[in-house]
Amino acid sequence: MSVAEVTDLRVELTGTGAYVVDGINFSLEAGEVTALVGESGSGKTTIGMSMLGEARRGARIASGSIRIAGEDVVPAPREGLQGVRGRVVAYVPQDPAAALNPAMRVGAQISEALAAHGIGRSKTARAERVRELLTEVKLASDDDFLARYPHQLSGGQQQRVCMAIAISCEPRVLVLDEPTTGLDVTTQAHVLRTLSQLVNARGISALYVTHDLAVVANLAQRVMVLYSGRVVESGPRAAVFAHPAHPYTRRLLAAIPDVAMRRQLESIPGHAPSPSERLTGCSFRPRCKLSVPACEHGVPEPVELARDHLSRCVRAHELVDEPAELALAPPPATTSLSPTILAARDVDVHFGDRQVLHSASFELRVGECLALVGESGSGKTTLSRAVVGLTPSRTGEIRYRDHVLPSTNRNYPTAARQAIQYIFQSPYNALNPRRQVGAILGAALEHFFDVKGIEARKRIVGALERVALPARTTGMYPAQLSGGERQRVAIARALVCRPEILLCDEITSALDVSVQASIVSLLRELQREEHLSLLFVTHNIGLVRSIADRVMVMNQGRVVETGASQDVLDAPTEEYTRTLVADTPALRA
Amino acid sequence: MSLDAVSSSSRLGPMRTRPVWVQSLQRSLRTRQMQAGLVLTIAIVLLAIFGPLFAAHSDSAFVGIPFSAPSGSAPLGTDFLGRDVLSRVLDGGRSVVMLSLAATALGVALGVIVGLLAGYSRSVLDDLLMGASDIVLAFPQIVLVLLFVSILGPKLWLIVLVVALSHSPRVARLARSVTLELINREFVESAVLIGIPRRRILRQEILPNLTTPLLVEFGLRLTWSIGIIAGLSFLGYGIQPPNADWGLMINENRQGLTLQVWSVAAPILCVFLFTIGTNLMTEGLSRTLVGIDGRGGER
Repeated sequence: MSVAEVTDLRVELTGTGAYVVDGINFSLEAGEVTALVGESGSGKTTIGMSMLGEARRGARIASGSIRIAGEDVVPAPREGLQGVRGRVVAYVPQDPAAALNPAMRVGAQISEALAAHGIGRSKTARAERVRELLTEVKLASDDDFLARYPHQLSGGQQQRVCMAIAISCEPRVLVLDEPTTGLDVTTQAHVLRTLSQLVNARGISALYVTHDLAVVANLAQRVMVLYSGRVVESGPRAAVFAHPAHPYTRRLLAAIPDVAMRRQLESIPGHAPSPSERLTGCSFRPRCKLSVPACEHGVPEPVELARDHLSRCVRAHELVDEPAELALAPPPATTSLSPTILAARDVDVHFGDRQVLHSASFELRVGECLALVGESGSGKTTLSRAVVGLTPSRTGEIRYRDHVLPSTNRNYPTAARQAIQYIFQSPYNALNPRRQVGAILGAALEHFFDVKGIEARKRIVGALERVALPARTTGMYPAQLSGGERQRVAIARALVCRPEILLCDEITSALDVSVQASIVSLLRELQREEHLSLLFVTHNIGLVRSIADRVMVMNQGRVVETGASQDVLDAPTEEYTRTLVADTPALRA
Repeated sequence: MSLDAVSSSSRLGPMRTRPVWVQSLQRSLRTRQMQAGLVLTIAIVLLAIFGPLFAAHSDSAFVGIPFSAPSGSAPLGTDFLGRDVLSRVLDGGRSVVMLSLAATALGVALGVIVGLLAGYSRSVLDDLLMGASDIVLAFPQIVLVLLFVSILGPKLWLIVLVVALSHSPRVARLARSVTLELINREFVESAVLIGIPRRRILRQEILPNLTTPLLVEFGLRLTWSIGIIAGLSFLGYGIQPPNADWGLMINENRQGLTLQVWSVAAPILCVFLFTIGTNLMTEGLSRTLVGIDGRGGER
């Protein structure tokens, strides 16, 4: 007997009536984690919210039913949802820092939830319960900890507090919306372990909403893959990963970097349709290499391939027996004989009294990709910003070819400004929202080469073609482009400067995996064909495996380990690197 | 290579290449506030500009006994000297409308320059400019203007200049805060990195992001300008008699308010409708304002 039963759920936009999610059927079993996987805009958060009887503004739950532990959540019970929420189903948010009240002590926030549901007769009884809950999520339960404010906790601790609040009223179902997205891998590993223990110990069923298939592979018993508002494939974890039976699942698996294997990341062409632009038939059809005329007629019904393993694809039976092809990336370039183009020696950076970088050194050779890996606060972004002179105070030597670079950007030689191009993390902030793409690229072109008019336009269009954007992109504003397209424009802006070195600061961390794959393959191609050297800053170790020739691991402002990426990831010599690699979820256990 | 950009044409639809502030204006035209405000404002501006062409009498011609009731030759009656009120209302708008527009434009321009410089420099210059602004802000606008005009005399250019000056700190504060938010954005850093000179960064990267909030600020400041300039001429520091002016007329005729209400009510109504009109337009605009990132819109 399942704990929760979702039947024919449909959420639609109040304005147009177009569906956000439709035909959603699933059940949750006690003591199991069910993963709901999808890229941005697929409707995964919408389903998570509707488990609490909630729809975001501009949308409404149009039809279907959700029953949890014998009680109706949808359609909403007459006496309201307050009784159901917390007691029957609870929610763990994506951003714990925003979910906790910054002006309230941790202990008070947890006991507030208890008091609201009338649990615990007295204050002391509730305080006792709060301590038990904190112990259960592996946090300290002493008075000192209870008296802390959220900002005095780390991200992982904040998320545990949110989990403690969520389980405080002993719900049967826990909905977790990307709970580890903002966390470092080691912290993520700890939080996930705690979650597994909670689910086992209490027999809770968890719905884990995420875009990260690698996390799912290590956590969930069942997996549902969501595409454009429908579950396209669902089944036991092993079946979905070993015998993916929907083209989208297969492409998604091929797009994900893996810490265990140097994989060629393959992107998915096109983009997912928004609710207003879906075609008839299978909505993945325009992006699918395997589509046949039958795909145009009606939404494919789920096909049962094995017990519980369903796929909404007309060719599911053919696919399920075909082994998933995962291409390997070409072996790393051997550039040990190439000359050094960029070198840092004993670089220290202070922010006020605090030293954030301790004598960091590296060498970047012509034509190689050096990855800079570390958790947040490791100093990897600081080091890359120091290279372009964006840090307030910097000592030590940074050298580009024959130029010893000054400590601040103001005095940089033009040759270095042109040769070293920085690509920023957020494609949403890196482009001026009030300028057209053509003007954004043109400004750099005019500045360095003093070209305008037809010649400039030719070079702009050339750079856009290089990053696979059509010429008409020049007339568009950034708001008209998707995240991936914006990041391509940012790369094109670097390319018009005719650079030698690209400094990529977490440039794929804001993007979906399939888009990340396309950006990564673009970078590899540029590296090969334009003989660019890449300094690739990332926290994603799987990505390092796929793109980097050499890797440099950083921790707390110090370089821990440097070496060929294969050597470092397969046989780390430092304890810190070992933990980092071990905590990174691998696609295959 | 496969792309996430190939099929974007279907999503983007026809090209939109108009600047964002134009889009904001267009969107605001759909609000009722903007429509009503626009009608009122245009009506008053037309009245002020073309009114003199339709005046039946000269603004200094005596057409009857003082404070006589509306009649055929003087549809709104006569004023305290026996001149035609309607003719004087038609003649007396130009100065208010022109002076307030000029003062607002100058004040906004001045404020933008100060705000951009202060926000971008983040140095002693910022402290100096903002300190000076605070001193100006410490005086109520009308007091500041009266101070200068009473010392230097009621010259029109002086009124424009001083009203503009009294507006500029308020505009500068806004421009500075938007600039401060923008300079840490990566697109500005990116321009700094390749070595684009500061003046061009201010003009090309930051100023275009100020246009929409400045449109709203312009509307707000315009409403204030009208009030101040009408108030100045009410106090006798604007257009000098015997020329006609709405503010002046209110003062001249107020002792006859009980005898001939139109001689006071007509100019009051004009000023009233003008401020309401500009205020409604501003309201409509701010409701449909698009944020820096292109979000927002209908509120």
